[in-house]
Order: sequence, then C-alpha cells, then structure tokens
Amino acid sequence: MGRRLKQLTKRNETYVSLVVLALCLLIEVRSGQFFTANNLVDIASAMVVPGLFAVGTFMVIVSGGIDVSFPALASLTSYATTKMLLDAGYTGGVWLPILISMAMGALLGAFNGIFIGLLGLPAMIVTLGSSSVFKGVMQGALGSVQLAVIPPGMRAFGTSSLFTATNPVSGLTSRMPVGFLALVAILLLSFFIMRYTFFGRGIYAIGGNEASAHRAGFNTKRTKFLLYVFVGMVASLAGLIRTCMMQQNHPTNMLGMEMNIIAGVVLGGTAISGGAGSLTGCMLGTLLIVIVENSMILIGIPTIWKSVFVGALIIIGTGVSAYQVVRANRVRSTRRLTGESKA
Amino acid sequence: MADSILRAVDIQKSFAGVHALKGVALDIAPGEIHCLAGENGSGKSTLIKIISGVYQPDGGHIAFNGTKLSRITPIDAILLGIQVIYQDFSVFPNLTVMENLALNSELSDKRKIVNWQRMRKIAEEAVAKINFQVDLDALVGTLTVAQKQMVAICRALMFNARLIIMDEPTTALTRKEVDALFKVILRLKAQGISILFVSHKLNEVFEISERFTILRNGELVITGNTRDLNSSRFSYYMTGREFTDGQFTAENLGGTPLLEVKNLGLSGAFEGISFVLRGGEILGITGLLDSGRSELALALFGIREADSGEILIKGKGARINTPQAAIEQGIGLVPEDRLSEGLFLPRSISDNLIIAEIDRLANRFKVLDKKERAREVDRLIAEFAIATPNPLNACQTLSGGNQQRVVLGKWLACNLDVLVLNGPTVGVDIGSKHDIHGILQNLARQGMGIIIISDDLPEVIRNCSRVIVLKSGRIVEEMDAAEATEQAILSRMM
Repeated sequence: MGRRLKQLTKRNETYVSLVVLALCLLIEVRSGQFFTANNLVDIASAMVVPGLFAVGTFMVIVSGGIDVSFPALASLTSYATTKMLLDAGYTGGVWLPILISMAMGALLGAFNGIFIGLLGLPAMIVTLGSSSVFKGVMQGALGSVQLAVIPPGMRAFGTSSLFTATNPVSGLTSRMPVGFLALVAILLLSFFIMRYTFFGRGIYAIGGNEASAHRAGFNTKRTKFLLYVFVGMVASLAGLIRTCMMQQNHPTNMLGMEMNIIAGVVLGGTAISGGAGSLTGCMLGTLLIVIVENSMILIGIPTIWKSVFVGALIIIGTGVSAYQVVRANRVRSTRRLTGESKA
Repeated sequence: MADSILRAVDIQKSFAGVHALKGVALDIAPGEIHCLAGENGSGKSTLIKIISGVYQPDGGHIAFNGTKLSRITPIDAILLGIQVIYQDFSVFPNLTVMENLALNSELSDKRKIVNWQRMRKIAEEAVAKINFQVDLDALVGTLTVAQKQMVAICRALMFNARLIIMDEPTTALTRKEVDALFKVILRLKAQGISILFVSHKLNEVFEISERFTILRNGELVITGNTRDLNSSRFSYYMTGREFTDGQFTAENLGGTPLLEVKNLGLSGAFEGISFVLRGGEILGITGLLDSGRSELALALFGIREADSGEILIKGKGARINTPQAAIEQGIGLVPEDRLSEGLFLPRSISDNLIIAEIDRLANRFKVLDKKERAREVDRLIAEFAIATPNPLNACQTLSGGNQQRVVLGKWLACNLDVLVLNGPTVGVDIGSKHDIHGILQNLARQGMGIIIISDDLPEVIRNCSRVIVLKSGRIVEEMDAAEATEQAILSRMM
C-alpha cells in the first residue's frame, strides 16, 4: 500500500487530477453551480469532440510526431460529407455519413502518413502543409459556405440523447448526447491498441528510439503510416459528430483548436519528445482545458479573459511537470554521488 | 570439423572509391574471447557490419561454423547466432526492462497481440541466464549505463547466440562495472559462446582476451596470442609509429599560484578541497566515477558554483559562479563529453575554433571581422595540426582525436592561464592521445597551469607533476607523480 501510494506521487496523472479537483471545488465554492447534474452533463457533452481529437493527438505525440492538421482534416471531411449528402437528398440514418467521412479521413490521414511515415519527413512541417492544403481544398474547390441545414439522419443523431439531467434549483436541463458513446468506444479501442497490440507498443518504441525500434524488428514505416491513417479516421469522426451536435456545418469554426488540444495532451503528462504518456493523463488534461473553457463564466471571469486563463494554465501545468522531472533527476544523481543506491 | 566458429577470409570492401577493407582475415574459435583493435578509421566497424550482415563484402567470404555464407542479411546473422551489442545498446529508455527484453523475440515470432504474462516470463528467463539482478518493472532510462548494457546482453542471449560482438563495451563504465562485465563475459565463454571484443584500450585487451587481431588503414596488421603482446608493441601495431613517452617534470614553476582553492565544497559532491596550482605545472586529479571529480571540474568552471570555501586567482579572491566569470578569470574547461558539452558538431570547424574569442574578433561595429577570423582559424589549425581538407567542414566530420584538438584550440585562442581537462583522451585513439599529451606538456612549459582530471592512471602518472586522489568527495592523498605508481594510487582510490 505504501509503495502504491509512493508510485502515485510520481505519476503526472495524480497531479493533474488534483488540479482538476481543486478547480472544480473552487468553481463550486464560488458559484455553487459546478456539482449540479446539468453542469456535469454539459461538461461531459463538451468533452466529446476535444476528447476524440485528444486521443489522436496523444497517439501521434507518443510516436514522437506531432499533428496540427486534424482540425482542417475534420472540417474538410465533415463539410464534404454533409454537402455531398445534402446534394444527393440523403434521408437515411447516421451510419452512412459516419462511414463516408471516416473513409475520407483515412485517405487524408494516409496523405500525412505517406510523407511522415514512408518518406520520413518531419511531422510538424508535413502537417502544417497538409493543414493548409485541406483548408484550401475546402474553401476553394468545395466553395465552403455555412451549411445551416444538415441531413435528417445526422440531425436525429445530434439531438438524440442517452438521458437528460435537470437542475432541481434552476430547472435547467442538459442532454447527454449519444455521441458520448463514440468517445467511450474510441477510448476503449485506443487503450487496447496502445497496451495490448504490438502495433501500439511499436508506437511507444518508435517514440523512445526509432533506430532501435527498427533494429528490434518493428516495421517503423508501416507503423507510422497506419498511425496517421487511424488518427485521420478518429479526427474525421470527431468532425462529423460536431456537425451533428451543432445541427449545422460551419466550415471554419474548428480551425485553431489544435493548440488547446495539444496543450491538454501535454498537460496530462504526455512527453512532447515522445515515448511516454497515458490515455488517462491525456483525458485528464483535456478535461482540465474543457472545464476552464466552459466554466470560467460560473466564477465570474468574463469570457474575454478566458484565453489568458487557459494560457496561464498551460504554462503553469507544463512547468510543474517539467520541474518534477528535473527534481527526480537531481535526486537520482545526488544519490549516485553519495553511493546510496546499490541497485 | 569446425575448429573456428567464424572465419573471414580476404575480405574486401570499398565505399565510393575508398578502400575500407583490403583483404582482411579474422579467425575466432568457439568459446574464445577475441579482441579486435585498431584506431578510428582502421576498418573495425566495417568488418563488424560485414560479419553481422549489414554490409555485403566486395570480395572474400565468411564461414560460420564451417559453412560458407553468401549474401546474408542482419536477420540471417541473428538466426545463425551472431549478435552485435552496439555502443548505444539499442534499448528503449521509455519502456520497462521487461518489455525491452521481450520485444525482440515476440516480434520475431510475428505476434500481434501483447500477452504481458508471457512477456514477463521471457524477461525472467533472460535475466536468469547471467544471474542479473534488476527490477523488471523499472524504466530502462532510470538504469545506469552498466545496467543498460546488461539488458542488451541478456537480450542478445535469448537468440541462442554463438558469437557476441561487443562494440567498445567499456567506454562509459566505471572500473567496478568493467570487472562485473568481464565476469559475465567469462561466464558466457564457459557456456561455449565466443566473444569478439572491440576495443582500443590496451589494459582491457591484456586482461580479457586470449587472442587479438589489429587492423590499421583497412589492412590486417597482426593476429596472435595476447600473451605475446606488450604495450609498446601494441601501440606500434595500432599506429605504425614508435613512441618514446617521457615523464613530464615541471620546469620553471611560476611564483604566485595561478589558482588556489581553499576548503572548497559542494553539497552532495565534494568537501574540504584545497590545492595550489602554479604556472608551469600539470596537476592530476583522479578518483572513481563517484568521487566528485567531475563535479569539481564543473565547480572550477562555474557551471555548478561551489557552496563553501574560496577560490583565489593569482592571490586574489574571485567568485566563479558562471562559465563567463571563469573565462574572465582566465580559466577554461575541456569537458568530459566533448560531443555534447564541448563542441557544436554540425557547425564548421572554424566556428568551433573561434567561439570562445568571438568578442575579440569583432570590429568596432560589433560585427565579426571575416579576415581576422580566417587568419585566426588558419593559425589554430596549423598550430594544432588539425587534419582537415577544409576548415568550413562540419566538426562532426573529424575523428575523435581531431575533435579534441579543436576543443583545445578553442581555449588556447583566448590566452588562458588555467586549463581544466576532464577525461582529455576518453575515446581518443593512441596516436592522437600521444599528440594531445604533447600539446598539454608544451603548454605547461610555456607557463600555463593545467589540471588533468582522469581515471586513466598511466596518463595521469606520465603527464602530471603532482597527483591528488579523491575518494567520496574528499582528498585522501597528494603525491609527487615521480614517486606514484598505479598500485599506490589505486589502493587510495578504492
């Protein structure tokens, strides 16, 4: 038990949970509105799209890469899908839109994957470029305008709920969207991939030392290629769900989300240099960002100050975890000097 | 029929017209510890890569266990039982010991799904083979270099290895760890595994290997029994030069001490360090890896400021809390790891040479004077005999010995009074080592005060006029190098 507790103090997840908890309590004390059923459901609902993006970003960062193209990718695939189905007068269920957009996501992810995985170009440069290409295709070739109407199947999916929570005091109600199940499913799937498949262990290995991974027998090129395909599919799913939940498609309003998503993943303890991090931490970091984005208003901080708050949080959060690492290393080197550890 | 496990005959290899191996032969018996020695560029690594299937030879052939091989791949070599332990060990610092050990064999079985229990069993069996005590759940990044090496050895043993090639395995190990490694090597030998030990450290060659092969410029110089070898013959075979190593004696010592250290301490590293350094002498400081010797070097150069005691420069008190302050006081440091701490490897040789005196080369508009710079670079390259066709080439194109000359040249450009060198010839081949020692002795004769921090005892004894021995952060002995012997120093160090 003591050992378990000691291990907890070394884990980044512990600190992020404490910060999340402290923030929740602060909001609760100031507003009395945080731990109400409808607010909790609202936060869960707000987690769906950032959560999906974060899963993909997490996997890419663990592999030692970075992806800044996912908002553009999600915008392009969701816009193209919605427009195509509207033009065709599609009236069926939500499965076909999901399938179409994920297929397109796989294709666009493969575009990243070819350059990063197969040709070995730096991920930052490639995704900055592809982000621009995706935006260009959407705005130029598809002549994007806001789509105020979406196909009925998508509309039904966006409005259907698992349950509804009511605030007994104010009477406000919040719906838990069915899309939340997609987040849960993708989380379970990626947990399984990262922990129980050699594809996932290969992602960790490549992030730790790519040359060694190659020597150990991993097909590093294929692993990276497939990783970007998978991440493209997850991002396009997020884009489609967002369109359904908003009941309209605004082609540019996801653009610019990448920085907060990456920040959440890194806040959750994923090493920006690759090789280390957990899905739990990644979700906690994202949750922290979502709470700040959504609940500042509850403690009376005007929305115009929100980005200052988010920025400060990122600097403090990553600073604290960086400090932990430095301290751990210093303790180790001093111990070596004084000859304490003979392990 | 096989009286040799590996026989390489008349191996030829060229790269873009450069003849890297010219008819080299190598013969290793089963259960033999064979040392392959040679300076940088002698063709050692090319030969290893041919044996392990990374390169194909242009001529000649390799026979393994009596069977002639043709065109093998790295995987074929592994399946035959040839394992290479590279200098970087090819481990994953971010994964646990268990996973590092089990990944290779699971991947070669083409498994897709992870079974953590089976991985643990594989890892347990692997460490049991050489009785290596380690926490299987520890991240490899938290292990010491020696432990990482053991992980790499355990991993190599899982594939029924018949021949293990170790590329400079002792480079970053302490004396104790080297002893432990040698025990493991002897244990492997007892199991009938052959070891090809690549090294250019003389004492190790004598200590561990039964037979040796020396290469020079891609040619086989000699192969034979280690007991017929002595140190001057070894140096001659390696370099093709005869060395007459004279003991350095300090002449015309300066009057006022250049540097005086009184009761210097740094918590967790060293305490109560006092010594005097005069111009014209070379002071040796030696001790084990954990004796505080490296931290003392950092403190003298202001990277980690000492937290007690005082430093006097030419009799005056000085505060050395940053490298800038140290340079202003005329102190330079040649760091332990020249690659990451002493050089900008991708930058040009000339940039590296003038970096410490760059302010002096600026004209009155504070812009770098190109003519002045070129003149300075030419002077330094000539003075230190740096072998390069073009000073604008990247520093990483130089051999280890030449890189170390660049580090020295950089400091000497700034007219220092005191030069502190931490492990000045680690990873430098014999010829360059000799030349660097010559440079240091000359500098001392010209009146500079030099401190050599090193655990290479012959180096310390031959080049220093006085030797200080550190143990657990304290001075335990100060002796005249003329009277010091390796035995005497070792007995104080341990």
